[in-house]
Amino acid sequence: MKLRELFALPNVGLRSLEVWRRNAKVFMKTYRVNFIPPIIEPILYLAALGFGLGFFVKEEINGHPYPEFLAPALIAITIMNSSFFECTYASFVRMYYQRTFDAIIATPLNVDEVITGEMLWGATRSVISASIMLVVITVFGLASYPLALLVVPLAFIGGLLFSALGMCFTAVTPRIDTLNYPTSLFITPMFLVSGTFFPLSLLPSAAQTLANAVVPLVHVVDISRAATTGDLQINLLWSLAWIIVVTAVFFVIAVNLMKHRLIV
Amino acid sequence: MADIITAEKLAKKYGELVAVDGIDFSVKEAEVFGFLGPNGAGKTTTMRMIQCVSPKTSGKLLVAGLDVDTNPREIKRMIGVSPQEANLDPDFSVIEDLLVYGRYFKLSMEEAKKSADRLLEFFQLEGKRDMAIDKLSGGMKRRLLLARSMLNEPRILILDEPTVGLDPQARHLIWDLIGKLKERGITIILTTHYMEEAARLCDRIVIMDNGKILAEGNPNKLVKRYIASHVIEVKNSEKVTKCIKNQLDGLQTDLAGDDLHIFTNEPKETLSMLLKDCGVESTTVRESTLEDVFLKLTGRRLRE
Repeated sequence: MKLRELFALPNVGLRSLEVWRRNAKVFMKTYRVNFIPPIIEPILYLAALGFGLGFFVKEEINGHPYPEFLAPALIAITIMNSSFFECTYASFVRMYYQRTFDAIIATPLNVDEVITGEMLWGATRSVISASIMLVVITVFGLASYPLALLVVPLAFIGGLLFSALGMCFTAVTPRIDTLNYPTSLFITPMFLVSGTFFPLSLLPSAAQTLANAVVPLVHVVDISRAATTGDLQINLLWSLAWIIVVTAVFFVIAVNLMKHRLIV
Repeated sequence: MADIITAEKLAKKYGELVAVDGIDFSVKEAEVFGFLGPNGAGKTTTMRMIQCVSPKTSGKLLVAGLDVDTNPREIKRMIGVSPQEANLDPDFSVIEDLLVYGRYFKLSMEEAKKSADRLLEFFQLEGKRDMAIDKLSGGMKRRLLLARSMLNEPRILILDEPTVGLDPQARHLIWDLIGKLKERGITIILTTHYMEEAARLCDRIVIMDNGKILAEGNPNKLVKRYIASHVIEVKNSEKVTKCIKNQLDGLQTDLAGDDLHIFTNEPKETLSMLLKDCGVESTTVRESTLEDVFLKLTGRRLRE
């Protein structure tokens, strides 16, 4: 595949939304299963880590008690997981086992639109999960309004970021089980060291710089934390810009890698 | 009738592999046109180029006067596709699958519902309207694929092995339904491995192998053109082979496992000669079929 092909502008129209609608319809058919994990998980994490482990964390982090520090990170993690897993395992099942993409590209839709619809849907999954989680966190008194509402648009753009990254892996994975590599080598480390459970400032300064430059979750955590603690600062514009640029680039790459895989 | 599809020097290469090797053909409006050939002959690749999901490497391919490279959306809008591998949406019921598919063609909900109900009735699936797709039998899935491919009222229907893996009852039902669609003036392009099916359904066929078209025409006429009217099947032996060479020189023969197939236009005379002079004990005499032509042209070598 040539470099020029990798960055070719996708040919996308509003028809992508039909792919989104298809996935939303399936989601709503099994809504009970889909809504329970996002409610249960944060409660468990908050209980075990925030209030359990956090009991021993007497020190405040940047002026916030540990549960307040942890809660927005849990939202950022759910933003990452919902869209990443939707656009890896779930998209792979639709592409490879169910041949749903083949069925759709036999209609006036093209591959670009199918993949765009998938990624928009991945971002939507993030919005759904993050919103549920925001409610849970609010119940625990860990969100400060109105700024906490910024979590919702953040979930969409952050969701799109991890959809695009996930879709790139899906486009090149030979089998479904090889998707375990990005999961354990990319997602799991990121889950642990993106300023989620402990502040990045504990890392050596070179590692901090590196994390800020290349680790996607770091930026989502930063914005999420600023939103729920109501502590918005100008340097978040860097995080926002980082997310937007990286999302745009990988969005285009994901579409083109998928085209390369599916159009033969 | 005018040509609805024309291909000139149409080729498709995958790296070094030549899947379709510069073929010419044309499909007339409202006919049933069949692509026959062993596995790997290039049939499915050709169909995929027609339906604009696989770009051609070179040559010309026009569908309803439109170029597949420049007008894929317009072409896809007027084509209905029933693929070889069922790709119905297992997350949906029968009616949901049709309605969601209708949205891809921008049918309004009302239009889609009306067409879906009409198609379910036509394809004898009205009782399965709300059934989950994974509960359907193979025959029902095939019929649903056909129903789905008709949802956008296509001018051209592409059926890739429409009866593969079906029991005879289901197969005959699908043949009847395809016949009815033909009567409506829809152009139908199909691939099949069943020669009986091709002979029965198709106005014209092409036989492909290794990416090339070996023969083209009406199935009955092809049988007349390429082989004698009858086939006599006898057990092969050295004695028989020698005898045929001496007594019946000039007749075409074909070795099929232990059997020798002898092609003749004078079955009575040939048969009596075989029985009298060659010491043949048991034989089968039958009319030649499209399958004989197919095997003659593509050989008996197994394709992997």
